[in-house]
Amino acid sequence: MAITEDRVEQGATLADLLQRVEALEAERGKAIQKKNKMTIVAWGGNLDRIWPTTILATTAAASGMEASVFFTFWGLFAIVKPGVRITGDNWMQKMMSVMNPGSAQKAKLSHYQFLGAGPAMFKKLADDNNVAKPDELIALAQDLGVRLIPCQMTMDLLGLKREDLLEGLEDPIGAATAIREMREAAIPLFI
Amino acid sequence: MSTTITTVDARGQSCPGPLVSLARAFKEAPQGATFELLATDPGSKSDVPSWAELSGNELVSSEAFEDGSFRYVIRKAA
Repeated sequence: MAITEDRVEQGATLADLLQRVEALEAERGKAIQKKNKMTIVAWGGNLDRIWPTTILATTAAASGMEASVFFTFWGLFAIVKPGVRITGDNWMQKMMSVMNPGSAQKAKLSHYQFLGAGPAMFKKLADDNNVAKPDELIALAQDLGVRLIPCQMTMDLLGLKREDLLEGLEDPIGAATAIREMREAAIPLFI
Repeated sequence: MSTTITTVDARGQSCPGPLVSLARAFKEAPQGATFELLATDPGSKSDVPSWAELSGNELVSSEAFEDGSFRYVIRKAA
């Protein structure tokens, strides 16, 4: 008789435990699973933003982390092909592209622009110190498997087409997909 | 046990150059492969240990020389 009672008792405990495990699993399912990943929202197109963006992205990839960069607003001009001059369909978009010459090579400084002398000096210093420049770092990032993703909405807004942008980019995405990228990244940054 | 040490010469390179050179060398190497990284970037003093921690590889030794150069020995973990 005692054995039967024990079994009943055990059965009750087991059911209780299973219920708890189920509750914990449900709780865990709601939790956000972070990846060993860095996602940068490259909002700024200035040299002094694109530079750290590309340094951090390449270093993360070189350290074995997943890395992705979402290019939006002024950041998008950094991934325009170097040869592409005026982009856009209307005068406003065209003017915007004249004010923001495409490619990371032509990026301006937020301070000390000095009509172009600032970036030239910066690049001279970079050469003297063997620091890779943003356009080189973008190529390096692609080589290291960093996913470079343009923002569809900004492309539409600025009249930028896929053929205006560098080769090897991922398909353009929207804000929700960008948030998904950031949500799963242990390190999400906005630069 | 293999005692071959492959040299990665990143002297003269600035951040993130030495780490990228190291990552490139590590990519194709088998587990247990040992590398020595030569660098002149003072930032490598903190960056190489950080890289080893992030990438899960083993920093075996680090030396700083009087001429301002550094030598790191790193073993590939997996």
